[in-house]
Amino acid sequence: MALNYTKEVMDHFLNPRNIGTIENPDAYTEVGNPTCGDMLSMYLKVKEIDNKKIIEDLKFLSFGCASNISTASMLTTQVIGKTLEEAKAFSFKEVMDELGGLPSQKIHCSVLAVEALQDVIKKYEESNK
Amino acid sequence: MEVYLDNSATTKLDNSVLLKMINFFESDYGNASSIHFKGEASYNAQEKARKEISEILNCEPKNIVFTSSATEANNMIIKGVARANKTKGNHILISSIEHPCVLNSAEQLKKDGFEVEHIPVGADGIIDLEILEKMIRSDTVLVSVMAVNNEIGVIQDVKSIAKIVHDKGSFYHVDAVQSIPYLDIDIKDWNVDFLSLSAHKFYGPKGVGLAYINKNIKIEPLIVGGGQEFGFRSSTYNTPGIVGMAEAMKIAYGLEREDNLKRIKEMRDHLLYRIQNEIPEIFINGSLSRRTPNNLNVGFKGVEGEAILMDLSSKGICVSTGSACGSANLKASHVLSGIGVSGYFIHSNIRFSFGKYNTMKEVDYVADCLKDTIERLRKFSSVKSV
Ligand SMILES: Cc1ncc(COP(=O)(O)O)c(C=O)c1O
Repeated sequence: MALNYTKEVMDHFLNPRNIGTIENPDAYTEVGNPTCGDMLSMYLKVKEIDNKKIIEDLKFLSFGCASNISTASMLTTQVIGKTLEEAKAFSFKEVMDELGGLPSQKIHCSVLAVEALQDVIKKYEESNK
Repeated sequence: MEVYLDNSATTKLDNSVLLKMINFFESDYGNASSIHFKGEASYNAQEKARKEISEILNCEPKNIVFTSSATEANNMIIKGVARANKTKGNHILISSIEHPCVLNSAEQLKKDGFEVEHIPVGADGIIDLEILEKMIRSDTVLVSVMAVNNEIGVIQDVKSIAKIVHDKGSFYHVDAVQSIPYLDIDIKDWNVDFLSLSAHKFYGPKGVGLAYINKNIKIEPLIVGGGQEFGFRSSTYNTPGIVGMAEAMKIAYGLEREDNLKRIKEMRDHLLYRIQNEIPEIFINGSLSRRTPNNLNVGFKGVEGEAILMDLSSKGICVSTGSACGSANLKASHVLSGIGVSGYFIHSNIRFSFGKYNTMKEVDYVADCLKDTIERLRKFSSVKSV
């Protein structure tokens, strides 16, 4: 079962970006995949510019495989600076393409990053109605 | 530096085995079933190999059936014995930590109406003989318990198991794939009915295995055709493979054995010592004392096994893991769940399996890298067990 991770995947796994926690985040979530045991926490900081809510910072922690860590890392680099509306429309395909593809059996560990993003935004919106 | 610590997955072919085999590709390439001189040369070489193997294993040469792998040998034994002895009963007993080829062979038998039960193991990975005895019924056709587990290296008491199984009137199969050169396999002394081996686990070639079968017991062949291997396993003889397997086994139990076992144990114990002293929050899977000296299976709390493996792989180190993410079928190791490992801990293990080509220098390199790897991954772990 060769995984043949791409150079991009290995780079984000070995040097993950935006990894860690945010003190006093505007929202926080934890998502897990019961099948493979992967777990991801995500921290969100939002700022408002011209009445637009923008992702100021996004950080994550992971108990997961290389693919899980790498996808979350890449995703943070892609959505920081986006508006919440843009981020809500962000799809898994966008990270996957940027990573140069993922092995098919790794998809379910990796969509976790997108689930975490959607969930942390949802939590933010629920507490800021 | 490149370090191969995955010798339970497969081993590097011993060069003297390769040299022995080459002749049967280049010159003596005849079909061992042919009666001309080239066939004769192949036949004689391979029957010599069969005899040599039978002497090491202490059994009759005619009871050795060469196969393409231990997977095939196990399929043949489990399914072949069950199907040929239906009059005896339809109950099969296998340990809960068997290799998937045994587990899935038994699983297939369920479709034929067989009842399959798994014998539990303790936290140390060892079968409780009293439980085993209670589980064997009058309609139990076959009991299969491996000698050495491939993930945690624990050693079962094969001789006592054989005695219990026979006293209860059933047949006993032992998967001995991970035993060479660590155990003295002695089929007569062990008194087992069926046993399987695979050459690539002891520096022999891939694609050749064997089944020892007690021919007084009925067994239905899995592969039928031209009637090779006394009719028990058809297909053109893999003469280079068979010769290679015999050579590998002779070397494994030959002059270098004692030194290899000693060095392998020293290297394993050294890695264990360094892990225990330099990395906090670890746990050992399975009994340490009743284990072959080549195996170390360690859990690193708070980090996922596939991530550890890939990080080490990027540093030139080959190991394996039982984590769900590290497997093709996305299931965590049934061996670890069998010994009661649960929750995140089941996804946090690494198996280090040593071999005769490893060196102490390599082990220190692995320990150094491992420390960095675990530290790095723990820093951003989302699981707060550390
Ligand atoms: C305990 C055990 N049984 C059976 C097998 C299967 O052997 P083979 O690779 O020859 O099919 C293996 C190897 O993976 C093993 O470790």
